[in-house]
Amino acid sequence: MTYAPHEESGYNFAYLDEQTKRMIRRAILKAVTIPGYQVPFAGREMPLPYGWGTGGIQVTAAILGQTDILKVIDQGADDTTNAVSIRRFFEKTSGVRTTLKTTEATVIQTRHRIPECPLGEAQILVYQVPIPEPLRWMEARESETRKMHAMAEYGVMHVKLYEDIAHMGQIVRSYDYPVRVNDRYIMTPSPIPKFDNPKLDNMPALQLFGAGREKRIYAVPPYTKVVSLDFEDHPFEIQSWDQGCALCGANDSYLDEVIMDDAGGRMMVCSDTDYCEQRREAGHIGPMAAPYENTEAAQ
Amino acid sequence: MNALQAIQATNTQRIDPEPPLLRVRNLNKHYGRNLGCGNINFDLWPGEVLGIVGESGSGKSTLLNCLSAKIEADSGEIFYTDQHGETVEFRALPESHKRKLLREDWGLVHQNPRDGLRLRVSAGANIGERLMATGARHYGNIRLNAMNWLDRVEIDTNRTDDMPLRFSGGMQQRLQIARTLVTQPRLVFMDEPTGGLDVSVQARLLDLIRRLVDELGVSCIIVTHDLAVARLLAHRLMVMKDGHVVEHGLTDQVLDDPHHPYTQLLVSSILQV
Repeated sequence: MTYAPHEESGYNFAYLDEQTKRMIRRAILKAVTIPGYQVPFAGREMPLPYGWGTGGIQVTAAILGQTDILKVIDQGADDTTNAVSIRRFFEKTSGVRTTLKTTEATVIQTRHRIPECPLGEAQILVYQVPIPEPLRWMEARESETRKMHAMAEYGVMHVKLYEDIAHMGQIVRSYDYPVRVNDRYIMTPSPIPKFDNPKLDNMPALQLFGAGREKRIYAVPPYTKVVSLDFEDHPFEIQSWDQGCALCGANDSYLDEVIMDDAGGRMMVCSDTDYCEQRREAGHIGPMAAPYENTEAAQ
Repeated sequence: MNALQAIQATNTQRIDPEPPLLRVRNLNKHYGRNLGCGNINFDLWPGEVLGIVGESGSGKSTLLNCLSAKIEADSGEIFYTDQHGETVEFRALPESHKRKLLREDWGLVHQNPRDGLRLRVSAGANIGERLMATGARHYGNIRLNAMNWLDRVEIDTNRTDDMPLRFSGGMQQRLQIARTLVTQPRLVFMDEPTGGLDVSVQARLLDLIRRLVDELGVSCIIVTHDLAVARLLAHRLMVMKDGHVVEHGLTDQVLDDPHHPYTQLLVSSILQV
């Protein structure tokens, strides 16, 4: 028999017990059949605080198989605390292979980003969701928001957008931008930048959303229509930058601003670290790339 | 057809009445063992303003809440004739239809404007909400419409982007009326629309309501304990006491020649200045 680290950890494969996984899988199946509908599930207590990705972890644990290859990203990066901790958690409790490469992964758990590299049919994207209810800002009562979803009463969603335009001249909401799934349910895409919203539409990969504190799972099945809300005279727009990534020169990726010193020095770099690295390996060079990387790339 | 026949034909057409907008039959509501309102029967005709008067606890608000689906009546029927001339029994409708009616055909003006407004979104968005709820998706048009309505309820259009939280009570009430009327509902319920306002503001608000109701030709049911409001706005009056309608008739008739002892008491209680 092959070495199985999870047996040594003393936990069942991928931490959760099999009955819990079955319960979560049933919720996932229901979510997939009703795109964008929030399915309540009996969320478990996880060994990390709410808000750190308990919903996403439970979904990942429920769908993870022994041959899966897992990638975990946080704000696009593989090396931040949240991503590293969750990746180690699954290495310990399931023993599955993990990777930093988007193309290699079969399951990608993400917080706040969709990878730049287009995903395929053989991949599943798992989102960590803090507040799954898109109507919460306008309506505090859960009983009422459920009715509004049931009857597709979504007029209030545009009130928020109206307010943006009235006060700022444009829709300033830049992340967690509400979408309409399959011409029916309004859904929050979790706090991804609106730059990523077009990627939600017609994506070949299955997208699963887990909210641990609110105990909700919802899904966008492969090749589903996802439309960002807007006005006819103020159409949906994504962010753009007047420069490329300082390291890899990419003009098509979401950029983070990094403060370099106290004198106002700053650089714009890809938030998707894997995408940036792949590009640099392929020989793309930005204005602030380290000199030694040039020689490495040349070799 | 000779001239006489033609005149007769147009006459019969003119006499032939539109069906009532609302027909209420045997409406009952109990709170436990206590009667909220009992055995309520009335018709409301298109373009008519019906006043419901009575002291506190007489069941006026209960009746209004039953009619506007805020609470569920125990028994009785509410027939509503929609714009296609079809009559439906409101209480038997599925909830989605009820909410659609409430959103598109009916409007509700609360006594306290804070119940009917979103205080933390701008006045423009408050008016625009009902438009957006009925499918408007053009920002420029929504805003134009909202400003037009602010103007109609005498609120300066440079307050369009201010929150109602910063408005005076009278302005909030006028904003609530604009928000309700913007989708041109066919039936509006008003619960003490002038409650809690000082008299000069009340007078202006009453003028405004009377003008708008007249211009738009909406039917109204106005609940009030203030007989002056009833006299100014209502075509017909229903006087309620202890959950029952005790008197019913044209406003002038009821107020100038009250028959029921309670109505007489009510009318004589007004301070003559």
